[in-house]
Amino acid sequence: MNPLENGTQAPNFSLKVTPDQTVSLSDFLGKPVILAFYPADFSPVCGDEMTLYNEILPEFKKYEAELLGISVDNVWSHLAFAKEKNLHFPILSDFNPKGEVSKLYNAYDEKDGVSERALYVINQEGKIVWGYISPIGINPGADGILKALESIKP
Amino acid sequence: MDLTTSVGENDHIQGGRSALVTLVEYGDFECPYCLKARSVIEAIKKIEGEKLRFVFRNFPLSQIHAHAIHAAYAAEAAARQGKFWEMHDLLFDNQYAFEDQSLIGYAQSLDLNIDQFVKDMNSQETAEKINEDFLSGVKSGVNGTPTFFINGVRFNGPTELKALREAIEAAMK
Repeated sequence: MNPLENGTQAPNFSLKVTPDQTVSLSDFLGKPVILAFYPADFSPVCGDEMTLYNEILPEFKKYEAELLGISVDNVWSHLAFAKEKNLHFPILSDFNPKGEVSKLYNAYDEKDGVSERALYVINQEGKIVWGYISPIGINPGADGILKALESIKP
Repeated sequence: MDLTTSVGENDHIQGGRSALVTLVEYGDFECPYCLKARSVIEAIKKIEGEKLRFVFRNFPLSQIHAHAIHAAYAAEAAARQGKFWEMHDLLFDNQYAFEDQSLIGYAQSLDLNIDQFVKDMNSQETAEKINEDFLSGVKSGVNGTPTFFINGVRFNGPTELKALREAIEAAMK
């Protein structure tokens, strides 16, 4: 599957971030947004993708970018995961209807029923400037995100 | 994915310039997978001998490993007295004892000047060196710990003797 094309308007969405709070992409208009779709909260490695981005958050903040993690896990799993990994950014639950937002971004693996490892950087006007879908077993790191953020620096 | 900062004089290097292959590890002293990787690296060093040089760069995951940064400070402070690798080994040998008192104990066992060691552990230069290592890793596509680069190219296979050795020997050809 290919990512959505650069220059297209990023599809808006609203997803739960806690049992009683939702976050919408449109909340962040005016700022760069990083969307990081990932397959599952708990995986047996140190420095899994979300943990890695959590460490790199100060770099993303230099670009005033907001990072949103998205997977099909429910909010309770997200809460436990965020607590265990000490995450300082929101992780959104694409749980019901399952994978709906992931599908909008060509980031849903139908076979396994999980989000792909897809990354998008969205500019201040809500347009996609970079998208990348990594092989599901390979954590893509953050170098592509930083390059994309550098390219839209005001 | 390629290493953006080439190996240079700021690096901790084991092995000579004539080596055919340079293996760079981005690691965290508190990471259990880095500890596991260590025996793999030791085995490969024995097999390849002078054909391989090994470089360690800091990639502390401070949000999940409470003492990782302090351990990195200790290794860099020991480096200032010429004992980086000795401290590197002691830290991995004692992975769950990283309180400052323990770190100072390791420095004592290496006969380091303790006043200087403590000063260097808390210095701006040490913090900057570790941050530079970390950022060079981020820009090169480090995606967790440990991440290896073989002659500047990210190794995506499992951290196992067979896979790593095959990749290293392929790079020699």
